Amino acid sequence: MRMDAWPKDGGHPGSDLALMREQLLDAFDVSYGMMMPLLGRGGDERNVEFGAALCSAANDWEAQVWCDAEPRLKAAIQVTTEYTEAAIKEIEKRAGDRRFTHVMIPPRGLEPLGRRRYWPILEAAAANGFPIALHLGGTSGHPSTGGGWPSFYHEEHPSYPQSKEALVTSLVVEGVFEHIPNLRVALVEGGFAWLPSLCWRLDKHYKRLREEVPHLKMLPSEYVRRNIWVTTQPIEEPERPDDLLATCEWIGWDRIMFSTDYPHWDQDDPRYAFKVRVPEREKQMLFRDNALAFYTLG
Amino acid sequence: MARHVVATVGEITPGRSKIVTVAGREIGVFNVADAFYALVNRCPHEGAALCLGAVVGRFESDRPGDYRLTRHGEMLRCPWHGWEFDIKTGESWCHPDSVKARSYPVTVVPGKALAKGPFVAETVQVTIEQDYVVVEL
Repeated sequence: MRMDAWPKDGGHPGSDLALMREQLLDAFDVSYGMMMPLLGRGGDERNVEFGAALCSAANDWEAQVWCDAEPRLKAAIQVTTEYTEAAIKEIEKRAGDRRFTHVMIPPRGLEPLGRRRYWPILEAAAANGFPIALHLGGTSGHPSTGGGWPSFYHEEHPSYPQSKEALVTSLVVEGVFEHIPNLRVALVEGGFAWLPSLCWRLDKHYKRLREEVPHLKMLPSEYVRRNIWVTTQPIEEPERPDDLLATCEWIGWDRIMFSTDYPHWDQDDPRYAFKVRVPEREKQMLFRDNALAFYTLG
Repeated sequence: MARHVVATVGEITPGRSKIVTVAGREIGVFNVADAFYALVNRCPHEGAALCLGAVVGRFESDRPGDYRLTRHGEMLRCPWHGWEFDIKTGESWCHPDSVKARSYPVTVVPGKALAKGPFVAETVQVTIEQDYVVVEL
């Protein structure tokens, strides 16, 4: 946790609205703060009835305790991905409630998210106008890297982009975006500089292996460009800061949203995260326009 | 460069620090084993209040599996992203030559000497009986 985010009166970082206003909402003139609860973990729960109850209760808590007290805060609909019916019911229950802006799905599930068993949940999100937010953190029980369990946090943290690559690849190659063309997906807490090279690789293989996945009607990168948004934190810090601008060009400035990860230790400060001057037009997209469009808040 | 009286010597005990505002600048004054050092209260990485971070040692190793804690109480770890700085010099552990927290000279001056001036005592009442921590900037 960010050390100065522990409330003086006790409690955990992020648990005190006044301090959150002071350090985040007011400090950075935030119009909308997207909440992403990571504790409780109803979404990962293997006892699915318990998980569904936990998710639903936590969603009520977000709306009543946080959004009602601070309308700038927007709630995540937490769902248990291993209990399809309950997840759909939860999404439908929150539909039309403007306090909720996104469906939060644990990104390290029992199977890659593009698998058909998860499609009904993804369909329900899209049908009810909600985008999906995939925030890294925690594990499903599978090792967090393709090569097994890491020993150090220094190894664990860079495994986030690895998980994101697996998610993007699964969603695209399984044909999710062909089946649900209006599904909007945000990748949260994985940085973004890895995305262009993944797209180059996916496109390269599409030319050779297309026959295996005839359901794909476009280049993989075109699905990514249409259906996937990235968030910035933890932002990459290249040796030559200018390189970050080229990376953003490759991804598309309209698909990148600034994120803080407040109150975590690795959070980014909007004033200093980019070590290079971002042109004014792109800055507006990064800090405002893209998120308004993605969350349909305009 | 002006001399600013920022504390009495007894006010900042070993291992502790005091944040002061001198000439509009927030500065952390640290007592490391009875010697005083001053760093700007701003991390060069993303601007966090650096001096509110934990005072730690330096972990060093010659080979995997071998660890030792050195320079106990001489390093400052940023409260946001954990970047480590040498309290005595402001040098960062990662890039000592290029990434530094601004440091300022600190001296301990007896009240008797201060009575002659010139100095700026912004919040500290100076008497001739005590010793004072003086930051120059």
